[in-house]
Amino acid sequence: MTPENFFLLATLLFSIGLVGVVSRRNLFVVYMSIELMLSAINLVLATFSRLHNSMDGAVIVLLMIAVIAAEAALFLAMIVHLYRQRRSIDSDVYTALAQKKEHL
Amino acid sequence: MSTLVFIVLIPFVSAFVLGMVYLFDVKKERYCFYAALGILAPMLSSVLALNVGWQVSALETDAVVHATFFKWITLGSFNIDVAFMADRLSVVMLSFITVIGTLIHIYAAGYMRGEAGFGKFFSYFNLFMGSMLLLVLADNPIIMFVGWELVGLSSYLLIGFYHHDSANIKAANKAFMLNRVGDFGFIIALALLFITLEGSGYSFASIEAHIGLIDHSMLTLIGMLLFVGAMGKSAQIPLYVWLPDAMAGPTPVSALIHAGTMVTAGVYMVARFSFLYNEIPDVGEYIAIIGAFSALFAAVIASYQSDIKKILAYSTMSQLGYMFIAVGLGAYSSGIFHVFTHAFFKALLFMGAGAVIIALHHEQNIFKMGGLKKELKLVYATMLIATLAISGIPPFAGFFSKDAILAAAFASEHYSIWIAATLTAMLTAFYMFRMLFIVFFANAERKNDLLPLTKMMTWPLIVLALGSATAGFLGLNEAYGGSNWFGGFIDLPDQSRHLSHSSEYMLGILNVLMAVIGTALAYRFYVKSAIEPKTDTLWRHAVIHKFYIDELYDLLVVRPLRYLSVLSDKLIDQKGVDGILGVLVSGYKFSGGLFTRLQNGKVRYYALYILAGVALLSLKILDVLGGI
Repeated sequence: MTPENFFLLATLLFSIGLVGVVSRRNLFVVYMSIELMLSAINLVLATFSRLHNSMDGAVIVLLMIAVIAAEAALFLAMIVHLYRQRRSIDSDVYTALAQKKEHL
Repeated sequence: MSTLVFIVLIPFVSAFVLGMVYLFDVKKERYCFYAALGILAPMLSSVLALNVGWQVSALETDAVVHATFFKWITLGSFNIDVAFMADRLSVVMLSFITVIGTLIHIYAAGYMRGEAGFGKFFSYFNLFMGSMLLLVLADNPIIMFVGWELVGLSSYLLIGFYHHDSANIKAANKAFMLNRVGDFGFIIALALLFITLEGSGYSFASIEAHIGLIDHSMLTLIGMLLFVGAMGKSAQIPLYVWLPDAMAGPTPVSALIHAGTMVTAGVYMVARFSFLYNEIPDVGEYIAIIGAFSALFAAVIASYQSDIKKILAYSTMSQLGYMFIAVGLGAYSSGIFHVFTHAFFKALLFMGAGAVIIALHHEQNIFKMGGLKKELKLVYATMLIATLAISGIPPFAGFFSKDAILAAAFASEHYSIWIAATLTAMLTAFYMFRMLFIVFFANAERKNDLLPLTKMMTWPLIVLALGSATAGFLGLNEAYGGSNWFGGFIDLPDQSRHLSHSSEYMLGILNVLMAVIGTALAYRFYVKSAIEPKTDTLWRHAVIHKFYIDELYDLLVVRPLRYLSVLSDKLIDQKGVDGILGVLVSGYKFSGGLFTRLQNGKVRYYALYILAGVALLSLKILDVLGGI
C-alpha cells in the first residue's frame, strides 16, 4: 500500500462529498456529504501522520472525530428545527439569504 | 467718529429686531410696537445725521469726517475697511434722506395700518434706510457697491410686498433683474478701477489722488460702465422699464424708494465720481444726451397715462433725466440740488396720491376720481404746492433747481439738449396739472364714500409741502438776488460756465412761460370733464402702450433667453446629460441584476461558488509553483 492510494481515496471521497453538497437538495444527504468530506480530510491527516512518523496528525484526527460527533448532534437538531418551520427538508426552500424580490 | 457708524447701524439693527419679532409670531398684531420701533430708528438716524451735518458744515469746505467700523478684507498690505465718510455732498444726501425718510415712515404707519405683514413691511423699510445710508456714507466704492446692492434688494422685497398677486412678483423680479444688468456695468467698472490703480488704495480720496495713473481710453471705459450702473438704478433709457412696474409696491415705498432716494443713487454716484467725469467730458455729454432723451420720452408717456402712480413714476424718470443732464454737463451741484428739491416734492406727490388712493378704497385710475377738491382739502392744497414746484412755477422749489439745470444746458452750448429739456418742462407742467385737474376738479361719479385719513398720513404732507415751497431758496442764483448758498456749500468740482444775468432772466422767463403754457393746455382740456384717452389715432396708440418698449424687450431679450433656456433644459440637459447618465445607470442596473441572480439564497449554489473559487485559486497556486 503506497500513500498515493490513500490520497487517491481521500480525493475521491472528498469529490463525492462536494458533488453531493452542490447537487443534492435533501438536507440529510447534504449533511452526509459534508461528513464524507470531513472523513476524507481525516484520512489525509492520518496518512501524513504515518508518512512523517509523527503522532500530531493522528491526535488531531481523534480530536476531530469527537468534534464531528458533537457536530452531528447539532446538525440533526438544526434539521429538525428547519423542518418544523417549513415542513420540508428540501434545502432550496430555505432562501433567507437571498436578495429580496422587490429589489430586483 | 462713531456717530457715522451709528447712523448706518441703527436702521439695520431695528430692521433685524423687527424681522425677528415678526417671525416669532407672524399672525399677532403688534401695531404700536412695530410702528414705534420702525419710526424710531430713522428718527434717531436723522437726529444723528443732522448733528453730523452741523459738524461738517462748521469745518472747511473740503473737510471730510471719517469713521472706520471694522477691517473687512486684508490682502497683504491692501485693506478694505467697512469705513464711512461724510463730506459735504454726503451730508446733503444724508440730511434729506433721513428727514424725508422719517416723515415717510410716519406716513407709512398710517397708510399700512391694518395690512397683513405690517411688521415685515417696517423691517424691510428700515433695511432700506440702512442700505441707503450705507451707500451714501461709503468711504470706498466697495462699500458703496454693497449699499447699492442692498437698496436693490430692499426695493425688490418691497415691490413684491403684496405677493399674493403674481403680477407684483413679476414687477419685483423685473426691477431686480434690470438692476442686475446695471450692476454688472458698475462692478466691472470697479474692477477696472482696482486693476488700473494697482493697489494704491481704494478709497474715494485715494482714487481721486491717483486718477492720473489711468490713461484716457481706460478712463472713458470706466466712466461709461459706471454710468451703466447709474442707468439701471436711476431708470434711464434703456434700463428704465422697471420703474413704472415698480409702482406695484405700497405707495409709501414708491414715495421713499422710487421717488426720493434710491433712484437718485445713480446721480449721487456720478457726482461722487465727479473728479473722474471731469477728465472725460465726452462721456459726460453722452450722459446728458441720455438724460435729455429719457426726460422727454418719459414726459410724453406720462401725458397719456391714466394710473396716478404710473404718471408719477414716469415723471420721476423724467426728472431723473434732468439730473443726468446736469451731472453730465458738469453742473454737479445743480444736479444734486435738483435731487434735493425733487425728493421733497416727489415724495409729497406720491404721499398725496397715496392719501387719495386710500380715501377712494384703493382706486388708482385718475379718471375714476374727480372732484376731490372739497372733500380732501388738505391733500389738495399740498398736492397743488408739489405740482407747482415740479412744474417750475416760482417761487416753489422746482423752479430754481430746474432753472439752474436749463441754464447750465444753455451755457454749455448743447442747444439740442437745452431744447429737449425746455420742451420737457412744458410737458411736465402739462401732465402734472392734467393729473391735478382730473383728480381734484373734473366731475366724476363715485359710488363709495371717502375713507377718512388719519393724522399720521396728513401732517407729513404739510411738512413736505413747506419743504417743497421753500427748499428752492437754498440755491438761489446770483441773478435772483441770492448767492447760490447750496452750490457754494456742497463744493463740487463744477465746470464753470459764465452766463450773463440778462440771459439768465430770459431763460427764467422762458421756463415760466413754458410751465404756464403747459398748465393752460391742461386747464383747457381737463378741468371740466375728464375722458380717458382712447387708442384711436396711431400716435395715441403708440404712446398709451408706452411705445411698445416692454414688448420690444420681450421680443429681443426675454424670448430668445427663454428659448435658450428651454433648449438647454429640454435638449441639452434632459436628452444630453441625463441621457448619458441614464445609459450608465441602466448598465449598472443590468449588471446588478446579473449578480442578484447569483445571490439566490440556495446554499448549494454558494457551495458551488466556493468550489469554483477554490478551483481557480488552486490553478493559480499550481501555476505559481510550476506544477503544470
